[in-house]
Amino acid sequence: MSFLATTRATLEKDVRLEWRSKDAINGMLFFSLLVGVIFSYAFEPTAEESRQIAGGLVWVAVLFAAVVALNQTWARELRNQVLDAYRVSPAPGNPLFLAKAVGNFMFVSVLEALMTLLFIVFYKLRPLGPGWQLLPIALLGTWALVVNGTFFAAVSLRTRSREIMLPVLLFPLSIPALIGMVKGTTAILTGADSARFYIALLVAYDVVFTTACLLLFDTVLEAE
Amino acid sequence: MTPDPHHHFLIAAYVATWAIHGTYLFILARKSARLRREMEKLKK
Amino acid sequence: MKRGFTILAIVTGLLLAFGFYKALAPLDWPLGTPTEQTMGYVQRIFYYHVSSAWTALVLFAINFVSSIVFLVKRNEKADIVALAAAELGVVFCTVVLVTGPIWARPVWGIWWDPADIRLNSTLALWLIYVSYLVLRRFSTSSKTAVIAAVWAIFGALDVPFVFFSIWFFRTQHPSPVIAQGGSLDPRMWITVLINWAAFLSLAWLVGWTRYRLEVAERKVDEAEALESLLEGSQ
Repeated sequence: MSFLATTRATLEKDVRLEWRSKDAINGMLFFSLLVGVIFSYAFEPTAEESRQIAGGLVWVAVLFAAVVALNQTWARELRNQVLDAYRVSPAPGNPLFLAKAVGNFMFVSVLEALMTLLFIVFYKLRPLGPGWQLLPIALLGTWALVVNGTFFAAVSLRTRSREIMLPVLLFPLSIPALIGMVKGTTAILTGADSARFYIALLVAYDVVFTTACLLLFDTVLEAE
Repeated sequence: MTPDPHHHFLIAAYVATWAIHGTYLFILARKSARLRREMEKLKK
Repeated sequence: MKRGFTILAIVTGLLLAFGFYKALAPLDWPLGTPTEQTMGYVQRIFYYHVSSAWTALVLFAINFVSSIVFLVKRNEKADIVALAAAELGVVFCTVVLVTGPIWARPVWGIWWDPADIRLNSTLALWLIYVSYLVLRRFSTSSKTAVIAAVWAIFGALDVPFVFFSIWFFRTQHPSPVIAQGGSLDPRMWITVLINWAAFLSLAWLVGWTRYRLEVAERKVDEAEALESLLEGSQ
């Protein structure tokens, strides 16, 4: 089976499984809603102030929701000993990784869309700069978090305090991506600067780390 | 030497540097002592 | 081996003492270093701050290289070098992060400038390598070394990104602080270099000690495991 075919098959299986166990999805959606509401009570800025801080608020909220989602990612695989099966088979681990990463990406994007909607409503956000640029930032930024997050969720499986281990590894690594996302979003909302460098930064970051994840996933898979 | 209004900061910086190195060396010394005890236990 | 260690210890002690003297001795003392014009005597923190930063970078580079060597050759020695280098790197990095604000407060008026590229990059570096050490400590896998080496590579890849992201942010939002411009008096350069040599020597000395300690600890762990295995079979 070709690489892409395997990836797609695994992805379809994952999506089907997630859809059947709607608990996880509903739980996460409600969690996102709660995060949005709590932030809106915690910060009550004016329209001008909200444009300065919304970038930071949204992405921090997404980061924490993503970590919660990512932690669940491999838990099911662990339960069904899928990882062991992969280790024994001669097939490379990359299709599994890519399928998981893309699945997580779709999942986190849904959460992100929900939270963004809430923030727009609560903070009456309206971008003063080129609003369409928010889309590449959102896509690139989410992938940056998800690709590394999926990789290190797998690494965290064989550690004590597994749930803490993922953020401990992911947060320092994601600092440049976070700067790109937050400052880029703020630049567009306030219209004060150009977000072009931040978009370029996110593209470079995504390329480098996606490559690193794909090259090193098998190494990590074997090291269990 | 003319006294400098900020010399407290200078002293603090140098003291802090050696305190940090000293702490690490202390940690290593404790590790070493524990290791020696375990080696004694194994020899028996 | 033992004699090499003793010589290194003596050299380290001498370099540290001389570096210390040069850092603090004003120009009217023999072999003194000139006091900086604008900042005054407190600027001498610089000699410890900068030399520690350069030493930390060297140590993290060693960690990166030995991690790659370990992944390729699976040589246990490389793994132990990576561990020792990371620990020592964190120690020196801590010194940089502590002396930085202590220096900043009298000179800039604030403890920390979020747009200062050097301190913020150093902080990110510190976070990455502390999480490396946490990963090694918390890992329950039998192949901890492999996972740690992979993480070291990711961490090292991250460093240039950290630098550039903060750099760009800074060019858009000029720091409230006047950057320390101008070139350095050659006599100050000598003092920095002597202290750098002293700290590198210290890093080598302590790193060597840490290396031997780790080798011994692994042997003891192996012996203990063997013993409990034998006891269990009786």
